[in-house]
Amino acid sequence: MASYSTNEFRSGLKVLLDGDPCIILENEFVKPGKGQAFNRVRLRNLMSNRVWERTFKSGETLEAADVMDQDMEYLYTDGEFWHFMLTDGSFEQYPADAKAVGDAVKWLKEQDVYTVTLYNGAPLSVTPPNFVELEVVDTDPGMKGDTAQGGSKPATLSTGAVVNVPLFIVIGEVLKVDTRSGEYVNRVKSS
Amino acid sequence: MTNQPVWRPTASRENLKSRAQQLAFVRGFFAEREVLEVETPLLGRHGVTDVNLEGIAAQVEVAGVCGGWLQTSPEYHMKRLLAAGFGSIFQVARVFRNGERGRRHNPEFSMLEWYRVGLDDTALMAEVADLVCGWLDCERPDVLTYRDALRVIAGFDPMTISDHDLYQYCEQWLEPEQLAGMSRDDCLDLVMSFRVEPELGQKRPVFITRYPASQAALARVSSDDGYPVAHRFELYIKGIELCNGYWELTDPAEQRERFIADNRQRRASGKPEMMVDQAFLAGLDAGLPECSGVALGLDRLLMLKTGAASIEEVLAFPIERA
Repeated sequence: MASYSTNEFRSGLKVLLDGDPCIILENEFVKPGKGQAFNRVRLRNLMSNRVWERTFKSGETLEAADVMDQDMEYLYTDGEFWHFMLTDGSFEQYPADAKAVGDAVKWLKEQDVYTVTLYNGAPLSVTPPNFVELEVVDTDPGMKGDTAQGGSKPATLSTGAVVNVPLFIVIGEVLKVDTRSGEYVNRVKSS
Repeated sequence: MTNQPVWRPTASRENLKSRAQQLAFVRGFFAEREVLEVETPLLGRHGVTDVNLEGIAAQVEVAGVCGGWLQTSPEYHMKRLLAAGFGSIFQVARVFRNGERGRRHNPEFSMLEWYRVGLDDTALMAEVADLVCGWLDCERPDVLTYRDALRVIAGFDPMTISDHDLYQYCEQWLEPEQLAGMSRDDCLDLVMSFRVEPELGQKRPVFITRYPASQAALARVSSDDGYPVAHRFELYIKGIELCNGYWELTDPAEQRERFIADNRQRRASGKPEMMVDQAFLAGLDAGLPECSGVALGLDRLLMLKTGAASIEEVLAFPIERA
């Protein structure tokens, strides 16, 4: 396995620390003119999502983590696993468990493409695109003409996600939603 | 630090103008004091033995000279000029240090180095203060010994703390297995970098003086309360280490000893040993006049002048774009 020395550290690098895959968020080089150099590193543990701060002596090394982001199409769930398929034409499939899918589960729509992070060849996490388009399956009846007045109501989308929408939204409409904030962006089309 | 080539400079035009003004200020400062500006090789035949300095090797092949090193400081060449009787001299030089890149580091940087014949460290500190405060328009620095700085800020006495207690103190940053290979001075550097430095010079500039003799480098040594200390000083402003000065060691025998000790330490920590610069030692043999010298980071001085948070704001092209 490859390893990285402190002078190769930079943000975005994926390394193994205490046996867990981590991504370097920030790397600060500290050195008194005539003294020993150190690297102060902030890392996010990709297993727990916790942020760690560690100090390394110049010249120390960390093993590279076999972590790769891949575009994959979501296929279906069997209740235990969510199945994804590589979009590179290989049709290779990967089952992701509930831990890997995490909060992305409420944005999973069949045939849409997601970023699946593989660690040692197995799904570690699933990241939805920043925006998804989903159909409204349930919401209170719309109030016609009420476009200017604020006001909002909850709407349930086809994936089970519940978002706050303007009062004029009706069942069957497709909405664009920001997956990072879980907020309604706009109507895509009426069915 | 991207792999995509970016052609634009990282510094603003305003900051580069300030750099030009700083250079003019420095030259004016020394012209007034009749200190001679000199230029010595950036590309030298030898590197340095310092355990914590990594030079950048060159591949010169000319006139029977093979190899060579980009200089980590113009010190040895300038001391040969002093030995040749050139009197007080200064130089603005680009210097090179491998593996150093961060908010305050670039592997190539601008150093102002000067030597004053007949002055001791205290007198040179006053001149450093004249230069720095004249340019930054800041208050004159306080003076704090290394020992007091650690006592006040880190809460222990660096001269008397036991190895055990020092290593234990360092466990707030490093795991015991990381500490295992570290010397006492490495541990003190860790405390200095992470605990003490950030606090230094926040209200007003401060000189740190009288370093432990084990961190003397090229400074002469004397004794405080029975503890050997180096006539070495550093200036800190807003947590930034700005310069490093010495009342210079003139004894060639002791200098030889320190080179040998450096290489012994290099060997112990698995680093390549460095060939000793015999021309420099021959210069010391001929006789270095009593003098003090200091090296000051001009990029950092400019960071303070412009309020830059990061060195690339004052460099046209840091190494990733160079």
